Formats: sequence, structure tokens, C-alpha cells
Amino acid sequence: MSVEPRICIVGVGESDCGHVPDKSALQLHQQAAQAALKDAGLTKDDVDGLFSCGDDWTHALQLAEYLALHPSYVDSTQIGGASWELFVAHAVAALRAGMCNVALLVYGSTARADFRRRRLRDYTPLPHGPAQFEASYGLTLVGKYALAARRHMHEYGTTRRQLAAVAVAMNQWAQMNPRAFHYGKPLTVEAALKSRMIADPLRQADCCLRTDGGGAVILTTAERARDLRTKPVEVLGTGAALSHLHMAQWADMTDLVAAQSGRRALEQAGVTPKDVDVLQVYDAFTILVLLTLEALGFCGRGESGSLAESGALGPGGALPTNTDGGGLACNQPGMRGVFLLVEAVLQLRGECGPRQVPNAHVALCNGTGGYLSSCATVVLGA
Amino acid sequence: MTRAAALANHLPVIDVESAPFWAGTRQQKFLIRHCNTCGRSHFYPRHACPHCWSENCEWRPSSGRGRVYSYTVVHHNEVLPFREMLPYIVALIDLDEGVRVTANILEGTPEVMHVGMPVEVVYERITEEVTLPQFRPRAQT
Repeated sequence: MSVEPRICIVGVGESDCGHVPDKSALQLHQQAAQAALKDAGLTKDDVDGLFSCGDDWTHALQLAEYLALHPSYVDSTQIGGASWELFVAHAVAALRAGMCNVALLVYGSTARADFRRRRLRDYTPLPHGPAQFEASYGLTLVGKYALAARRHMHEYGTTRRQLAAVAVAMNQWAQMNPRAFHYGKPLTVEAALKSRMIADPLRQADCCLRTDGGGAVILTTAERARDLRTKPVEVLGTGAALSHLHMAQWADMTDLVAAQSGRRALEQAGVTPKDVDVLQVYDAFTILVLLTLEALGFCGRGESGSLAESGALGPGGALPTNTDGGGLACNQPGMRGVFLLVEAVLQLRGECGPRQVPNAHVALCNGTGGYLSSCATVVLGA
Repeated sequence: MTRAAALANHLPVIDVESAPFWAGTRQQKFLIRHCNTCGRSHFYPRHACPHCWSENCEWRPSSGRGRVYSYTVVHHNEVLPFREMLPYIVALIDLDEGVRVTANILEGTPEVMHVGMPVEVVYERITEEVTLPQFRPRAQT
């Protein structure tokens, strides 16, 4: 049996994040890519694989042109926020097949600045095709997640307080991360429960931030990684799965497709949830964290609310989750999947300072895209 | 402003696959697609059955009765005309025929809403072309 080459993340980086009114989205891509390449000890001329997506089909062309990259391999698959975890799976395959040697995954967005300049409008689906059966009813983005939250509350007795506990745990991590948008702005369960109602049962504190920012990740073979400056973090397993686009097409709203993507990734890695030292999951809304914990098998169906309320997800808890503060308290420029990878790598390299999880050897990242529509899972080890 | 004018940008763009459905609502009928090969129904309407890909499908009238699978009360939406309707209810309704539909719950207050609540279709005529299916609570039977 031939042994497949092992693939590692050898560099991570972030652009300016938070409120960045003075930089363009392409500039944030460049800043993040530069930071990741510097981290790896590589230059732009080493990059021959480009993995990135944005709002339309011109994204990869525009980005490669702007950065003056001439990749031999390109992937611009767009499945929402999970795209960057999917890109890891695709980069592993491309690197193993020899279709590229150094893969750059990069993201950048000025979602906050655009919204403040009114260049980005509130989410409204266009009433074409299958969307014509949803578009006339005013179902907002938050409303879509609220439907899932309501169903979980109905089936399992999950409470608003348990949802708030998720937001508080992410906020506690953010208090240890000076780069987090909510650093210095602690949140209590009581305050979360009093925050403005957006789409019942979800309140403002249940909703992610809207920030600017970019992130990047560099992958290469373990063989190449030996000559580089950073401690390599190996990709142990990957998986991806799709569910629905329109909410009425999701048969069981308590069953996130992370159940499939996670099982594949964990099996490939040869680990179980018990082996995971640090967890980075997409947290567009608090309910998503609960659904993800159950789907990945960190607790049984219906048990995620009490798990969150026990304090397990926060600092000092048994299941450190979103240690940078996540999308709820650190940053969320629209599709933050890349930041899950950046934080997991920093944790596995032991570089997280006050928020460092002791003895972190295995990390799991689970990206979710769309409206709980797609999931991609990556298991990392060091 | 009339409801038609307010909803203008959010009204269904009727196409070849959906035209019979909207012709049905204009006549106070809620039509769903039924597959003669696998025996299952589906909604939204496709030409072929999404379960078995058979093209042997037909339109059948639904009872228009069902139960709320989940719902939300929307309190924040900056997009017109929804901003002026706040708060309003959006629900997913499981029709008795086994398909799930998105709609507003009219004539229902947030206080009476609950998962599993029995509802029935009502037709909201918006324009000459578009009559939207909506739902309202019905007495338990």
C-alpha cells in the first residue's frame, strides 16, 4: 500500500480586522496573504495554488490579477462560510496529486464598512426560481436561524438562557484576545437576555458581529514543511456535506449536516470527539453552535443546551470552543471559515498567550455556510 | 401605498415550472406535485420528482390544511415593505399531504403561536397575476 503524502498548514495570517474603513476588500486579501506567507517563511512566488471565493464568478480572476499571481491550480467553489474548510479538503487532494506545491487559501471582506456606506443592503432574496416560494414573506437571515432555534426549543426544551450561555462563552474568550471586536466589552447572560429582539427567539446577543477583515492559510506537503520555519500542523481528516438552500426543504431542522461531514473527517483522522482538545465552530448565531455540538457528537441530541449552560465551552471548560471569541465576539466579515483554521493552528502551535488551551494536540474546525445549508469539517493535529 | 406596490420587488417571478401553481392560487386552489412512480408529493413544484427523478408527475389539489413545523416572529427588517409590517410571523407549515410550505400566519398573534398549531390556507390576492397563499389558525379537529 502506497502511503499518501502528509499535508500540513505551515502559515496563517490575518489582515486588519474589526472596523477598517480605510482599506479595500482586495487590500485585506493581500494583507492576510502577506502575513501568512511571512509566517511560513515563503514568498508570493512560491504560491501556485489559489483557493478563494467571493460574491461572484469574477472573484478568482480579479484576486489573481490584483495579487499578480499565476496559479497552476485554482478553486473558487462558493458554499458560504464553510468554503474555507472545503478548500482545505480540496487543497489536500491537489497537493497530494502534485497539481500544486504551495496552496494559498485567502479571504477578505469589508462587510462592515460597506454596510455603513450603504453599499451593502440588508439581506433580501430575489423572487426568482425556487426563491419565489419564500421571497414574499419577509423571512430574514436571522429569521431563518430563528426557525431552527424554535424547533430545537420545541423538541428538546432548549431555553433562551442556554442560547445566551453560548454568546457569553464566546464573549469570555474574547476578553482574552486583544484582537477581538468585543475585547473589553464583557457580556452577562442577563444582559444577553435583555438585548434587542431581532427574530424571536433570537436576540441581538444571539447574532454574530458584522466586521471587516481577512485571513489566510498556507498548505504544503510535510516534506516541504520540514524546511520551513513554523511548527507544521497536519491535516488529519476532512469532510463536507450539503443540505438545503431554502428552509422549507430542510426535513429535520435539528439535524445539521455536520453529522456527515464531521463523521467523515473524524474517521479519516482516526480520532473521536473525546480526543479533540480545541474546537472552532461556525457561530453565525448561537443556535448554530448548539446544533453543531450535537451533529459532531460532542453530546447527544438535545443535550447541547445544558452542555453550554454548564460552562464547558468557555475558558477553563472541558470543551474549549471558539477560543478567539468566534463570530459572536471576535470578528465576522461575512464568511469567516478561514478564521476557524487560523485560530486552531495558533492553538496547536501554542501561540495563543492568555487564551492558550494547555496541551492542545488535536483541533476540529467546522464551517457552516448559507442558512445552515452546508458544512465542511477539518481535523488538525500537531 | 397598496400592498401590491409595496411588495412589488418581492413578488414571485412566475416561470414555466411554477405557472400552474400560481394559476391554481388565483382560483383558490393549493396545487402540489404528486409522483405517480414513487407515490410521494413534493413542494416547491419541479417538473420531475426530486425523490426518484421520475417525470411521471401530476398536479393535485392539497387540502390546504396542516400544522406549524416552526415559526419566528420577525422584529427587525430594514427592507420595505416588511419594515412597516413589524412584528410579523413567518412559519413553516407541514401540509397534511406531507410537504412543507413557507408563509405568513395572518389573523394570528405571537401569543397564540405554537409549534404543532393547526392552520389552514387563505388566499391573499396581491395583483391580477399573483395570489399569495397565506395561513391562519384553525380550530383543532
